Amino acid sequence: VHEYSIARALIDRVEAEALSRGAQAVRRIEVRIGELAGVEGQFLISAYNLFREGALCRDAELQVTRVEARWVCPECGRAIPRGEVLRCAECHLPARLDGGDEILLERIEMEVP
Amino acid sequence: MCETCGCGGSGVVPVDVHDRILADNDRVARHNRERFAEQGVLAVNLMGSPGSGKTALLEATARALAGRMRIRAITGDLATHRDAERLDAAGVPSVPITTGTTCHLDAELVHRALHHVPLRGLHCLFIENVGNLVCPAVYDLGQAACVVALSVTEGEDKPLKYPGMFQKADLVLLTKIDLLPHLEVRVERILDSLSRVMPRPVMFPVSAQTGEGIFRWTQWLAERRPQSAVLDASRPRPTPPPPGGAP
Repeated sequence: VHEYSIARALIDRVEAEALSRGAQAVRRIEVRIGELAGVEGQFLISAYNLFREGALCRDAELQVTRVEARWVCPECGRAIPRGEVLRCAECHLPARLDGGDEILLERIEMEVP
Repeated sequence: MCETCGCGGSGVVPVDVHDRILADNDRVARHNRERFAEQGVLAVNLMGSPGSGKTALLEATARALAGRMRIRAITGDLATHRDAERLDAAGVPSVPITTGTTCHLDAELVHRALHHVPLRGLHCLFIENVGNLVCPAVYDLGQAACVVALSVTEGEDKPLKYPGMFQKADLVLLTKIDLLPHLEVRVERILDSLSRVMPRPVMFPVSAQTGEGIFRWTQWLAERRPQSAVLDASRPRPTPPPPGGAP
C-alpha cells in the first residue's frame, strides 16, 4: 500500500510545480510506471483520488502509462525475450535494464492566467 | 492569456517535468549515503518476506563476527520493538523504527533514526527493512548494497513472482538451508528463477541455525567495507568467494 505515499509525493510535487508557475488549477497529470517499479497503477489512481480533494489538482485527471520491462545486452543491444535468463546468448554478458523500473512524473497541464 | 480570442482568460499550458516522483526521497537517500561514505560505514538494506529469517541472520552474523567488525542495526517493524530487542541481546546495538501501517522504510525514516546511531568507528550498519517483497524495493535508503533474504520454504519460483525486488538485489541469501532435507525444494531451481530476474545472480545458501554459509557472507561484507573503515589494514584481505551461484 505504498501507493498512498507515492500519491502524496506526486500531489506535493505537482502543487509545487503549479505554484511556482502561478497556476490557478491543474487539469491533467501524466505519470509513467514501470512494471518492475512495484507500483500498481489502479491503486495509485485510487490513492490520488483520495488525496486530491482541496488540492490545486482536485479536478485533474491522472493518467498512468505502464511501461514494460526491457532487458538488453549492453554489448550488442539484443533484447532478452521475456522470462529468459538475463544474459545475452551471443555475448554472454549480464543484461542491462533499459526501462521498466521508472516512477516518473512526465507532464502536468495547468491553467495559468 | 486565452490564445483563441484574447479575452484575458486563462490558458492551459503543458509542463514537461520528467522527474522521479520520489525525487525528495532520493535527495534524502543521497544525504544518508554521503554520511555513510564520510564515516566509512557499509550500509546494507536487508529485505525479505516476513519470516524469511532476517533477524536470525543478523544474530548469526554477530556470532560469526565475534566482535571482529563493529556492527549496528536499524530495524523497521510494523508494531513492535522485538527485532531490535533480539539484536541488542545478540550484541548488535539497534534502533527500532516502528512504521505503524506503513509497509516499508524510506530515506527520511532512516535519516531520523541515524541521529541515534553513532557512526564513528562503525564498520557495518544493517538496515533491516519491514518484511515485504514489494514496497521496500521502491525506496532508496542510501545503502551501499541491497541484500534479500529468501528462505527455502518460500518456493522455488518466488523470485519470478517478485521481480522488482530481486532485480534490485546485489546479493540473495538463501536462508534456513538446514530445512532442505525435509523439503522437496531444489536449490538449483531457485537459482534458475533468480537468473531470470537478476542480471548478475549471486546467491549464498546459509543457515542461521547451524552457521553454514555464514562465513562466506561475512567475507562478502568485509570485502565491501569502504577503505576508510579498514582499521586493521595490516591484516591480509580474505580470499574472494567464487563467482555467483550455489556451492
